[in-house]
Amino acid sequence: MLALDTATPAVTVALHDADGDRTLASAHQVDARRHGELLLPCVDAVLAEAGRKLAEVTDVVVGVGPGPYTGLRVGLATAEAFAAALGQRVHGVCTLDGIAYASGLAEPFVVATDARRKEVYWARYADARTRSTDPAVDRPAEIEAREEGIGALPAVGAGAVLYESVFRGVRHDLPADQSAAALARLAAERLARGEELLPPRPLYLRRPDAQVPANYKVVTPR
Amino acid sequence: MADEPLVLGIETSCDETGVGIVRGHTLLADAIASSVDTHARFGGVVPEIASRAHLEAMVPTIDRALEQAGVAATDLDGIAVTAGPGLAGALLVGVSAAKAYAYALGKPLYGVNHLASHICVDQLEHGALPEPTMALLVSGGHSSLLLAPDITADVRPLGSTIDDAAGEAFDKVARVLNLGFPGGPVIDKYAKEGDPAAIAFPRGLTGPRDAPYDFSFSGLKTAVARWIEAKRNAGEEVPVAHVAASFQEAVTDVLTRKALRACRDEGVDHLMIGGGVAANSRLRAMAEERCADAGITLRVPRPKLCTDNGAMVAALGAEMVARNRAASAWDLPADSSLPVTEPHVPDPSAASDHDHDHDHDDHDHDHVHELSRKNLYA
Ligand SMILES: [Zn+2]
Repeated sequence: MLALDTATPAVTVALHDADGDRTLASAHQVDARRHGELLLPCVDAVLAEAGRKLAEVTDVVVGVGPGPYTGLRVGLATAEAFAAALGQRVHGVCTLDGIAYASGLAEPFVVATDARRKEVYWARYADARTRSTDPAVDRPAEIEAREEGIGALPAVGAGAVLYESVFRGVRHDLPADQSAAALARLAAERLARGEELLPPRPLYLRRPDAQVPANYKVVTPR
Repeated sequence: MADEPLVLGIETSCDETGVGIVRGHTLLADAIASSVDTHARFGGVVPEIASRAHLEAMVPTIDRALEQAGVAATDLDGIAVTAGPGLAGALLVGVSAAKAYAYALGKPLYGVNHLASHICVDQLEHGALPEPTMALLVSGGHSSLLLAPDITADVRPLGSTIDDAAGEAFDKVARVLNLGFPGGPVIDKYAKEGDPAAIAFPRGLTGPRDAPYDFSFSGLKTAVARWIEAKRNAGEEVPVAHVAASFQEAVTDVLTRKALRACRDEGVDHLMIGGGVAANSRLRAMAEERCADAGITLRVPRPKLCTDNGAMVAALGAEMVARNRAASAWDLPADSSLPVTEPHVPDPSAASDHDHDHDHDDHDHDHVHELSRKNLYA
């Protein structure tokens, strides 16, 4: 099972042996502006480290966000094209669920990632495996005003770290970034229980900005 | 010929998701999904809407092209993709998918230039490009005069628009006339009923001191808008057909005049016209007439190959394979302002595949989307 996620500033890839329940290799790079350049070399490095070929992979797991669109689409386009070229199954998993799963928390908590424009993508969890609200995008102060007691809950994710004044229970001891290894374990666990995963379709949560730029396509060599 | 390279090409630089398959100079499939209808109500292409549509359409369009061509993906000799120029987010969807396909199938990846692809597509229509070829590319995104001694390695910009692209001027005039978006086809239609000499609209940058190969359509657009406004303010009816015909005449007159001058000055006896505006019937007719008078052979692909499509990318990819050009690396970026002087983006760690050095020392072009007002080619 090959897992990848580009919905956060991290480009994260892992090769997971679902039968043996172990991660064979993983790679992780953080650069929000270079998802498109980093992802394929990361996949190549992970496969090389594990001594496997992409054609041996039976299932591709991809984080479907929510996340800033441009990066998010890199992972989805890649996962879908792999699956189409090689006849693999492709499964979507909510990116926030991966971060929640990696936390291992057994009590109610909140996951928040950076949505830019002073907003976070977030959801509430009953425990590491159980999301209790739909993923949403909001300004942290508005979440605090609407959701009583949210500021006191344990919080994980880069969005929680960024807005610590609202997410006062932020757990600095837990990983803030997405990990494809955790995403793969979660997907394998759900598939083993016979659960359906999500289709590989992006969770944008925002409507596109309908703004037409001037001179959008210009070629001017100097 | 079965030993000619079989290449799949992916194009997502603007609002068309195009996937084409060619064998050498033979077109096998040209599958297109367009989001143009979604953009129509905004009067232009909305980048985020285009990018979302590309992701939805990508895999189904690839599947459709393979089916149309009746070839197996495993038989391909390479995958080509538009690496730039274009809308950054839109390009990235195609580049990501192309990389993943190529990697999964164990095929070489060729990141190619959108403009060079517009030229190379003519090989599917009229056979091998003469070397050199003079090319006039006109669309909603570009208006350039290019000299191509070798479409895989040496493309030289002679001139381009210093403000609006020709297609943009069509869109804007259509908007002022309340004819909708995109403007090209509808202006062409109305112009057929009008008199091209009815109104003397200005011909931009055609004075003796002006840059001979650069274009400017902003002044023309403003002149048309002012003329219409004056009519409306006077309470008179706007003669839509005459305005369309006279405006179109001004655009095509400048385009063909400059292209022919470039051919004469450079001693090139072939002119290729590509891009969406090459579908314009008046441009085709005028270019035919003027080329015939000047003894120049005109090559214009059929309209479907002039607008953005995947076949053109496949055509250039096939030429890269045929000429043993180096493939791209897996970290190939989508470059929204890839200069036209780079027909493809070879793996920087590969040995130079060029038989002459051109522009590679001047690699740090700006990622600037706005044109400066100064004349770049004076
Ligand atoms: Zn184009």
